[in-house]
Amino acid sequence: MSATTTRGVAQPAPVKASQARPRRGLRGNATLNFWLFTGPFLIGLVIFVFVPIGWSIWLSFFDARYTVTPSQFIGLDNYKQILTNSNFPQSLLTFTVFAVFIVPTTWALSLGLALLVNRLRFMRAFFRSVFFLPTAVSYVAAALVWKMSIFSGVRFGLANTVFGWFGVDNIAYLADPSPPWYWVVIVSLRLWLQAGFYMILFLAALQNIPAELYEAAAIDGAKPGWQTFRYITLPQLRATSTAVVLLLLVAAYQAFDEFFNLISTKATWAQTPLMELYKTALGNSQDYGAGSAGAVILSLLICLVTLAQGKIMGFGRGEESK
Amino acid sequence: MTTTTPRVGKERRRRGGVLGNTGLYVAVSVAALLFLLPFYLIVRNSLSTDPEITGENWKILPSFQWSNVSELFDDQTVQFGRSLWNSTLVAVLMTVGTLLVCSLAGYGLARIPYKHANKVFYAVLATLMVPTAVTFVPSFVLVSSLGWVDTYRGLIIPGLFSGFTCFLFRQYFLGFPKELEEAARVDGLGYWGAYWRIVVPNSLNFFAAIATITFISGWNAFLWPLVIGQDPSSWTVQVALSSFMTNQTVNFHLIFMATAISILPLVFVFLFLQRWLVQGIAQTGIKG
Repeated sequence: MSATTTRGVAQPAPVKASQARPRRGLRGNATLNFWLFTGPFLIGLVIFVFVPIGWSIWLSFFDARYTVTPSQFIGLDNYKQILTNSNFPQSLLTFTVFAVFIVPTTWALSLGLALLVNRLRFMRAFFRSVFFLPTAVSYVAAALVWKMSIFSGVRFGLANTVFGWFGVDNIAYLADPSPPWYWVVIVSLRLWLQAGFYMILFLAALQNIPAELYEAAAIDGAKPGWQTFRYITLPQLRATSTAVVLLLLVAAYQAFDEFFNLISTKATWAQTPLMELYKTALGNSQDYGAGSAGAVILSLLICLVTLAQGKIMGFGRGEESK
Repeated sequence: MTTTTPRVGKERRRRGGVLGNTGLYVAVSVAALLFLLPFYLIVRNSLSTDPEITGENWKILPSFQWSNVSELFDDQTVQFGRSLWNSTLVAVLMTVGTLLVCSLAGYGLARIPYKHANKVFYAVLATLMVPTAVTFVPSFVLVSSLGWVDTYRGLIIPGLFSGFTCFLFRQYFLGFPKELEEAARVDGLGYWGAYWRIVVPNSLNFFAAIATITFISGWNAFLWPLVIGQDPSSWTVQVALSSFMTNQTVNFHLIFMATAISILPLVFVFLFLQRWLVQGIAQTGIKG
């Protein structure tokens, strides 16, 4: 959802417009009222967002094992440690593999579902609801079903039952990292859970494409099907596609819930950046300094990705931004 | 067969004919069955006995063990009722609190003329660049030094100040009809009175959309409750479910019954509030 954010940065609506009419405005002192309305939020924002971020940056330069009020300044040692002496870089690699799997597949599936649902004339609301419903399920509940029922590594698991009909031996999907079957489990789970959400975004965008474009294309002799899709639908969806890819990337960076429950932090494989931070800062070592350094690195990476992608893909300049 | 939009015109539809439509509905039905499969598994397993779940032969219909419900709630070691209550309280209070705090701030930023309003707005926007999930380590440090570990305060309050929700409210209020506020001015209302008597009652659809989204994310949140809930008595449903997965003593049928019950409220929210939800996502997800 933070896609909107970047666009807000790119083109903030001017507040100044309302300043032209102070005398015609509502009764009461505007400045006082401004702080009355925004005060509670801003105080909370400072305490629970700005202070933790600042504290975290401060901690990342100190030897903060087992303490959050350290006194020993150690410069960049925490950064050195988390980048060379821990599994954090490996987790960034894991994330990249995950993103390579999940971003294109979710994009394609949600767009495909949107195109299908958009063509329905009967029972359209029903099918839309069905595809949207998994969004209501938490990653924890989904992980539970995936781990204990569908991809349970034993005989009675659904996948093994179905493969058993074709004479395939039992597969230990999650317990054995080679071959890495666990990616099938993780990717299918996230696909199921989030495709419906992005389908809604694509549906809204599809309905905004002017019908005249298709009529003009038909007159020009474009064949319905692949041609109109390639030269009309897809370009018209550019802004939405960009936003979806961005949202998916940022979400993938922050993956934790299903990895934590499917793989667990005890495993040596498929650990995401957040899981490494969790173990570093809240595990046995309680190293808040190194954990904070990792959090700073991860935040910077996410900011960079967001900004770079916004720049490359022309965010906010898409056809749909009106 | 790739498709575009139904607005292409009747001609194309006729050409597609009965066959094209049948193919479309077959495809969409197969996809729908796959999407419903996990729900079926949850319901089937939750109403089965353990031997039925782990049996060699796949049973399509369970034996409808409704006693699983009472067995789950009577199990003192699991304390599922307690987690359910925690989740309800957290999700409801979080929704109410977020709506109150963020909508007021959004209105202030959008509609009250103050010369530094833009600077304040940029400060709010800046927080959106840092994803909340990444700051859980420093947030935990802060909350634990306040002594809020294992408390409702610790679970709820840090989540109330969402820059993103505030931003959404601001965008929404920027488009709120000025004429309605004019009416409030004629009535001699101040900002506060106008907000509660005119603006809020005329924005209920938007509030409902944001409330639905906030409630769902509050109910489904996992990382923060996991970090804050050190003692089982302060676990939310999600943390409890997660603990069942690693706990060897809890039975299969109870785990799935717990899962079914944890999903139930949200399925209801989805079915009855979907209109607002879809509207909210379409409005806020992309357009801002």
